[in-house]
Amino acid sequence: MTLLDSQPVAVAAPPRHGVLPRRRGGTAGYFFVAGYTLLLLVFGVFPTGYAFYLAFTNDHGQFTGINQFTRVAQDYRFLPAFGHILVYLLLWLVVLVVLTVLTAVVLRSRLRTSVSALLRFLYYIPGALAGVASVLVWLFMLDPDVSPVSWLLRGLGMDSFAAVLSPGNLPVIFMLIAFWTGAGGWMVVMYGALNNIPDEVIEAARIDGAGPWRTAWSIQIPMIRQWITYMTILAFAAGTQLFVEPQLLQTASLGRVSPTWSPNQLAYVYAFQQGDFNGAAAISVFLLVLGLLCAGLLVWRSNMFTLDEK
Amino acid sequence: MTSSRFARTGRHAASVRVLAAACTLASATVLAGCASADPSTGPAAKGGTSAFKPVAQKAGAQITVWADSTRLPSVQAYQKSHPDVKMKIVTYDGGADGSTYLQTKVQLFDRTGEGWPDVVFGTPTDVTWASAPTKPGATPFAAPLDDKLVPKNTLDGFAKGSLTPCQFNGHTYCLRNDIAQVVLWYNKSLMDKWGYRPPTTWAEYEALGQKVAKDHPGYLVGSVGDTNSHESYFWSSQCPAFNLTKADTLRVNLQDPKCTRMATLLDKLISAKAVTTQGFFSQGFAKNSGSKVLMAYGPSWYGQYVFKAAFHTPAKQIAAAPPLTWPGETTASTGNVGGGVWMVSSHSANLKASTDLVTWLTTSNENQASAPTYPAYAPAAKAWLANPANSNYFADDVSGPFQQAADEVWTGWSNTKFSDATSWSSVVLPALTGGKSLVSTLPAWQKAISDQAKANGYKVTDR
Repeated sequence: MTLLDSQPVAVAAPPRHGVLPRRRGGTAGYFFVAGYTLLLLVFGVFPTGYAFYLAFTNDHGQFTGINQFTRVAQDYRFLPAFGHILVYLLLWLVVLVVLTVLTAVVLRSRLRTSVSALLRFLYYIPGALAGVASVLVWLFMLDPDVSPVSWLLRGLGMDSFAAVLSPGNLPVIFMLIAFWTGAGGWMVVMYGALNNIPDEVIEAARIDGAGPWRTAWSIQIPMIRQWITYMTILAFAAGTQLFVEPQLLQTASLGRVSPTWSPNQLAYVYAFQQGDFNGAAAISVFLLVLGLLCAGLLVWRSNMFTLDEK
Repeated sequence: MTSSRFARTGRHAASVRVLAAACTLASATVLAGCASADPSTGPAAKGGTSAFKPVAQKAGAQITVWADSTRLPSVQAYQKSHPDVKMKIVTYDGGADGSTYLQTKVQLFDRTGEGWPDVVFGTPTDVTWASAPTKPGATPFAAPLDDKLVPKNTLDGFAKGSLTPCQFNGHTYCLRNDIAQVVLWYNKSLMDKWGYRPPTTWAEYEALGQKVAKDHPGYLVGSVGDTNSHESYFWSSQCPAFNLTKADTLRVNLQDPKCTRMATLLDKLISAKAVTTQGFFSQGFAKNSGSKVLMAYGPSWYGQYVFKAAFHTPAKQIAAAPPLTWPGETTASTGNVGGGVWMVSSHSANLKASTDLVTWLTTSNENQASAPTYPAYAPAAKAWLANPANSNYFADDVSGPFQQAADEVWTGWSNTKFSDATSWSSVVLPALTGGKSLVSTLPAWQKAISDQAKANGYKVTDR
């Protein structure tokens, strides 16, 4: 206590925890973010607001309270569509997190640098294909008549394209397409995250007797936790918006895949076949709330943003 | 302690206040009575209650024409013989396989208030929404052609019942391009070689199917795997699957004996492997099994489009027989698979040129005699049948069966606001592929049709 009292008071009080010192720099910063902010307002915030307006009104512009939401939720296609997407998301997120993290750890720690660089490049290639093109590739892969892996499909008892597309297989198929196009990019990101871990930490672990798996489990994965959370949030958001894949398979299979397989497709049917833009907006608000809840939960549980301030 | 408790109570009070405010707001909304969320454009919505008012007409204005690739040459032929008409021709899918491209686009044009094509080729399903407003205050997309645009004696020339899908609220909103009456197609060369005679009743068809399965395994007497197979089989069986009893009431009863008799018959032939659950149009079918099709119960365009174009069956092998009958019937009833329509946009600034084009396309011998499909306009159908190009591929004269079938299309299968293909393709076909029988899938199909009908604003009844 005495010691503390005798401290010189000339030293400026350290900034309170969590409050960043004021930054210098005139208006240039605003200029640089202006372009993005403008586009965000026009194509992000404004359409969201418009969707909310539509979701709470009917086609005469009258206020309907929550009636639009209860009406679309009672639609016979509503629960199946969300059920499909739930199964798909569970499959996709588990596979994505486990395999990308595992692959990144192996690439970072167990392979020679040149081999690892080559593999990272190869993994990334499918991600360079645009969404539609990648689905077209899979249309060939999944048709036993033309597929290079037709022996595998036939071995699994699927002799025709129609058999491959049986309703129970669809979540797995969409998971495969999503993994094939998306996971390569995330492996590169995870690899970069692992690179950020100081060598001394890994060395200390080794000196303490940790093997490669122990190091991965207790040091590397906990230290890239916020990247994993970040990946999960983005993959979840992208997954709930599944549209192109089922829509194209629906066309290519001549209608054997339901045209309202995913909630986004259901919203599309509401808007452009039933001419019911208000109902479509209500479904999109459901998706928005779902995405926000999940992201909020993950951010809260992982302390993602507080880590950044250290 | 005191201060902290005070803070907590304060917070608590605040949240109570917020809750109370929300409750008041909610009860206010309930008391005020929120407006109904139901869209006001169901099947009961009246289209064209007020007289049709054309937009300001401009003589010689360019007309935009949307056609599918099959009808594109006809439109181009018109342009060639009428060089003074300014036309912009656009190819699109024409509504094939339940596509809703046209509807999607028109919904958007109705919202933006511009961009409508002047003339479009579409499916009868398209007329159901095009004859009514897509949103309150919008003008229905299709112009009523009987309203001073097309003379009555032209409309009277169309085959009996072929304009029914065009008619709503006492007006005619389209001209039927072609009809697709269902007949029995067979490979005459193979039938002659094996000593079979084409069946005339469903019982004979079933017996022959069983015989083929035993004596010539691998050969097929039909397929149920296409998006429209139900229109060939269940429509011909007079099954009340899509039966509008009133403009807004749909009768769906798949447990009716007229549905179960067909499901039972097909189940037997499917398990005997004489009828396939793969579609004629599915990937790889033509290559793998096209030459194994002995018979096919399907529309008049099967000859040119399935046997000639897809299966590459050599000429002079395929023939057509009249529709099959059930016990106790003297005349057969048959189905109809497709058959397009032409519509004129009510927003067209050149209705004269647009109407002239659709009239020429549907009724002129110049176009229809060499049209790819069987004309709906009766005088043009005669010219079509007389054209050797339409018959010299076949082993026999198809005129008799075609003309007979055209008059026997059952009228109890209605033109609904939703495509009848969706439930069949996405519910029934995957179940059949998964090894279920048709009879056991009928309840699921019934539910799918009913759900879809209700979602489109119909009342559903099963009697």
